[in-house]
Amino acid sequence: MKKWLPLIIAVIVIFGIYRWAVGFNNTAVEYEANAKTAWSNVESAYQRRNDLIGNLVKTVQGAADFERSTLTEVIEARSKATSVNIDANNLTPESISAFQNAQSGLSGALSKLLVSVERYPELKANQNFLELQSQLEGTENRINVERNRYNEAVNTYDIHTTKFPGTLLAGIFGFEEMPRYKADPGSEKAPDVDFNFD
Amino acid sequence: MKTILFLFLLSYGFAVSAQYEIPPIPKDQTSLYDYYNLLNPSQKKALENKLVRYSDSTSTQIVIAIIASTEGEYINYLGAQWAEQWGIGQEKEDNGILILLARDDRQIGINTGRGIEPYLTDALSKRIINRDIIPYFKKNDYYGGLDRGTDAIFEVLSGTYKGTRKASNEGSPIGFIFILILFIIIIIALSKSKGGGGSGGRRRRSGGLLEAIILSNMGRGSYSSGSGGFGSGGGFGGGFGGGSFGGGGASGGW
Repeated sequence: MKKWLPLIIAVIVIFGIYRWAVGFNNTAVEYEANAKTAWSNVESAYQRRNDLIGNLVKTVQGAADFERSTLTEVIEARSKATSVNIDANNLTPESISAFQNAQSGLSGALSKLLVSVERYPELKANQNFLELQSQLEGTENRINVERNRYNEAVNTYDIHTTKFPGTLLAGIFGFEEMPRYKADPGSEKAPDVDFNFD
Repeated sequence: MKTILFLFLLSYGFAVSAQYEIPPIPKDQTSLYDYYNLLNPSQKKALENKLVRYSDSTSTQIVIAIIASTEGEYINYLGAQWAEQWGIGQEKEDNGILILLARDDRQIGINTGRGIEPYLTDALSKRIINRDIIPYFKKNDYYGGLDRGTDAIFEVLSGTYKGTRKASNEGSPIGFIFILILFIIIIIALSKSKGGGGSGGRRRRSGGLLEAIILSNMGRGSYSSGSGGFGSGGGFGGGFGGGSFGGGGASGGW
């Protein structure tokens, strides 16, 4: 009997470690999947904005003899923003910051456009334009909400995979740290657009 | 001594967080939370019962929360987090709506659940705020604005909302068919509740549905007179269902 005792203990310990590793792995997989879903929500919020901007440009073009340079800027920034897409399986700090740069370029061009609309009273009274504006306002809110949720999901995942002793297993199973979405560089200096000019 | 305490509390409040803290999910989950005590008890009851009845018949949960201030947060951002945390609406349908009124900020926001977004779009929410709610709020009639605003939401969600400016699609066959279907649904709903040998409370409830739909088709305001006093109240049937919010909606100030 005594001969078997170390073996039994060893089996129990190995089984315990196995259970722990399986539990860790499954939780990490779940958190990772949640974070990826949250990311795709971020992207679809941005996509929604891109679509709205397309309509906005058409409305602005149709309703007024609008200054060409501002419009071209928006159109170019938009096509740049639509060209940068991230596969949810390939979320790296670099790919996120590329995405973010493209989107904030579009934000900048868009706010310029909305500011210059101030000079076109007939456009400000255009029903179509007003509706698009409130849709845009809601979409900016969606972007903020989804970005925040993404960061929360990443946070849960990162805490799980970097806290000791989980971090030991994270290395073995290949769970890498996921990047957060940082506040737009220079967003504090972005022109303040008042959406409610009515 | 009091001022010191006050200053201490003030600095403490600022140090901890400058944001509005979302209240924990309440035990009895109903349709109206007046943290400001803006409405009087009978108005509260009328509004609460109306929204609970609406939820009973459509499963769409509309919740009104009245607070003093969002503490500097954008009202729809706060609203989306709040509604998500409480899980307003059903889980599968995501059909919740949170109307957040910040009295001292003079701001109101309509937050639409993910399942509501395609019907009550941001532009429509904005239109309801500007045309149906704010005119009342400007006259300090908060009950009137919320009552009319929720009626307008009912109209949108039943597909009968028509903008007052665009009259182009009036009398189109699609609209007529829609009304016809609506009528059939009402008749079925009525006959069912009678077939069930309905108790007094039940009959009243379906009467409320009929009343709500007919009166909201008829137009403004008149519903308030009929809604006071009756109805079982007591909150939402199964509580909040776990609906999700993605930040849709609109806000406005007065």
